[in-house]
Amino acid sequence: MSTATVEELTEVAAPEPFWTRQRRLGLGLIIFGGLAAVLFGALAPSETARFTLSDDAQGAALSINGQLGAILFGVLAVAAGGVLFAGLAKQYQNLLLSLGILAFVLSFLCWQVAGKFLPLVDTTSGTLQLALPLILGALAGVLGERSGVVNVAIEGQFLMGAFAGALIGTMAGSVWAGLISAAVGGVIIAAILAVLSIRYLVDQTVVGMVLNLFALGITGFLYERLMQPDAAGFNTPPRLPSWSIPGLADIPVIGPVLFQANLLVWLALILVVVIHFGLSRTRWGLRTRAVGEHPTAADTVGIRVRGLRYLNVLLGGVVAGIGGAYFTLVATGSFTKNMTAGAGFIALAALIFGRYSPFGALGAALFFGFAQKLATYLSAVGSPVPSQFLNMLPYIATIIAVAGLVGRVRAPAADGLPYVKG
Amino acid sequence: MTAEPRKSDEDSFVSHFVRNLWSANSVTVTFLSAFLAVVIGAILIVVSDSEVLAKFGYFTARPSDALSSSWELITTAYSDLLKGALGDPAAYSAWFSGSGTWQEALAPISETLTYAAPLVFTGLSVALAFRGGLFNIGAQGQAVLGCITAGVVGFSFGLPIVLNLLVALLAGLLGGALWGFIPGILKARTGAHEVITTIMLNYIASLFLSWLVLQKGVQDPERTDAISKAVAESAQLPSFGGVLRVHLGILLALVATVAVAWLLNRSAFGFELRAVGANPHAAETAGISVAKTYALLMAVAGGLAGLGGAVQVLGTAHALTPAVAGNIGFDGLLVALLGRNKPWSTFFAALLFGALRAGGNRMQTFSGISLELVTVLQALIVIFIAAPALVKAIFRLRASRNLRAGVTLAKG
Repeated sequence: MSTATVEELTEVAAPEPFWTRQRRLGLGLIIFGGLAAVLFGALAPSETARFTLSDDAQGAALSINGQLGAILFGVLAVAAGGVLFAGLAKQYQNLLLSLGILAFVLSFLCWQVAGKFLPLVDTTSGTLQLALPLILGALAGVLGERSGVVNVAIEGQFLMGAFAGALIGTMAGSVWAGLISAAVGGVIIAAILAVLSIRYLVDQTVVGMVLNLFALGITGFLYERLMQPDAAGFNTPPRLPSWSIPGLADIPVIGPVLFQANLLVWLALILVVVIHFGLSRTRWGLRTRAVGEHPTAADTVGIRVRGLRYLNVLLGGVVAGIGGAYFTLVATGSFTKNMTAGAGFIALAALIFGRYSPFGALGAALFFGFAQKLATYLSAVGSPVPSQFLNMLPYIATIIAVAGLVGRVRAPAADGLPYVKG
Repeated sequence: MTAEPRKSDEDSFVSHFVRNLWSANSVTVTFLSAFLAVVIGAILIVVSDSEVLAKFGYFTARPSDALSSSWELITTAYSDLLKGALGDPAAYSAWFSGSGTWQEALAPISETLTYAAPLVFTGLSVALAFRGGLFNIGAQGQAVLGCITAGVVGFSFGLPIVLNLLVALLAGLLGGALWGFIPGILKARTGAHEVITTIMLNYIASLFLSWLVLQKGVQDPERTDAISKAVAESAQLPSFGGVLRVHLGILLALVATVAVAWLLNRSAFGFELRAVGANPHAAETAGISVAKTYALLMAVAGGLAGLGGAVQVLGTAHALTPAVAGNIGFDGLLVALLGRNKPWSTFFAALLFGALRAGGNRMQTFSGISLELVTVLQALIVIFIAAPALVKAIFRLRASRNLRAGVTLAKG
């Protein structure tokens, strides 16, 4: 674009552009923090906002005057933004950013909760529950995409998992049979995706989208033919039991959320660690990343590109299928048509927003889960902020992330490209 | 095929023709794909029927029982599908003998065309973007935006007849174009992949719609549920009325197909977008602005999908609800893939999908087979078409010289 003259080239080290990522983020935080302090502060009634450490209004609580809190946290966000903008404390950039965002959220909460109460345990466990399928779905995406296969069929895998879990779980009368069949359900979709995209070289996004519609159709069809006429026989799966770890479950807030939970919560968190460790420290992980970034080079050193891609996509199917089991075996206890309602696409968003890494996906999924939980809380207390707009948050955040307005997200280099030996 | 030099007798010409027929050309693959889908659909119908399944329990003792009841189930279901799509022979003969009305006989075809009209627009939207190397998954969101703008304009301004309709259609077009322009400009400016941004915009659009229909001034004041005021009579697409729901939308769809065919094959912009779709680097080198093409292409594709949404609201639904756009955007995706991204093929693919949908309604009412079977059939057909090598392997087709490697996309 710009034509560089010879004189310019001879200059040593071009000066850093003024609008660095840090400055842009800082400015954003200052604007949003200022808005929060002024707007939320002005709108918040000067009443106590109580954040109770329990499931309801009872018990100990953290209390703060709503108006004061809204202004205080808004100013804090501005301060964090200011430090970023001034270019100070460069090594703590991410910490400052997180602090600023947290302060903004707290300012918002002080405004909304003023005169009311927000049960922290309920909010946290609700966030984790809502994030659960997103974590598993995003992990499925990580497995596929890091080896170079785009997986937009997470939604379809969720649906098949949820359906198979409910159907087989009911017929076998065992929640474990349900869980395994859910994984199989996810694998079925994953297998079609793998064969068509790896063996038959069909565009991966196209296959993924068509598979979503296929899963929607086939689960809806079998639901109406089998489950609706005979719910007792086909659609009353046993629920996954909740287990409590004695001792640890008594820790305030964290205890009931983390240590009084169902198996899926632990499984998801363990999988995050395992997949992170696997990708970064094991032979499988190195090969997966090689295949996802530069399959030709990987093939040259003797890695079986297609075989590894098959393996990873199928493993992703297992994980996403178990994520689908959440909907029937944990959340509701029965299957309904299109019950995942786009959760697979939020998982895809979490995957991208989390920069294709397991821990990033976990963070993004928790953030999105929190937004959803907050949306239900706000509509329950009759807040003027429409829940639909809060529910838009994951999607808007993802667009901002991929557009590189706040640090570009980079996909694996060979993501979506079929590999043809030759 | 017929232009072969006639060097020997007719027998060898026929065998030559048959051999060519049984090769993996696109017509054969399309028919075989549909055939495979119908077979799998039939298996699903039988497997999900507990009565017939019970007869398979004593299959070894009396196989005829199970087979005949399966056959009956399948033929009833599919004949209902055909009757619902093209018309009931009984109704036609009643019309010709004077005991029935022509409206009743033609109602199924009217339903087919009614369902097909918005799909033509969304299908063209996806197909056009495909040709420029973009995968427009956002047709759904663009159609929703088109529904919103067309609907709001339709019930807000009491403009005179004809003008009101034109303004509402234009609003739908612009709404969709805006929603298509966003991913287009993001792709052009920042390289953000349009697949991801359009998926996200789909959900933003539908959440916005579900919020909007509950707002004062939009919601029907006499209703408590999520439905907007009805579109003014002067802004509705004219139709026959009564059982014949078919409206002007299908003619507009025909016009749009002609326009898109011209745009793609005859206009300078069409040439540019095909060049960009074939190879963006080469196009850039040749002096075509790839960024500008992407932005403009997505706006045009969005406009088409938005018109689809407008046709849905102004022609069929007449009011906004959270689900007013149904699945027309995603179905448009399948339609475009089935039509191999050619305007006229897309038009006929939309007709086929409309027929399946109309027939599916009758099948659901008469045979009690869920409408979702139609979704399965549609997805299966497209899966097989997208993987011609699979169909070729299943039927052991001969290789064809013009075999295409499925749906290929130029990655930008």
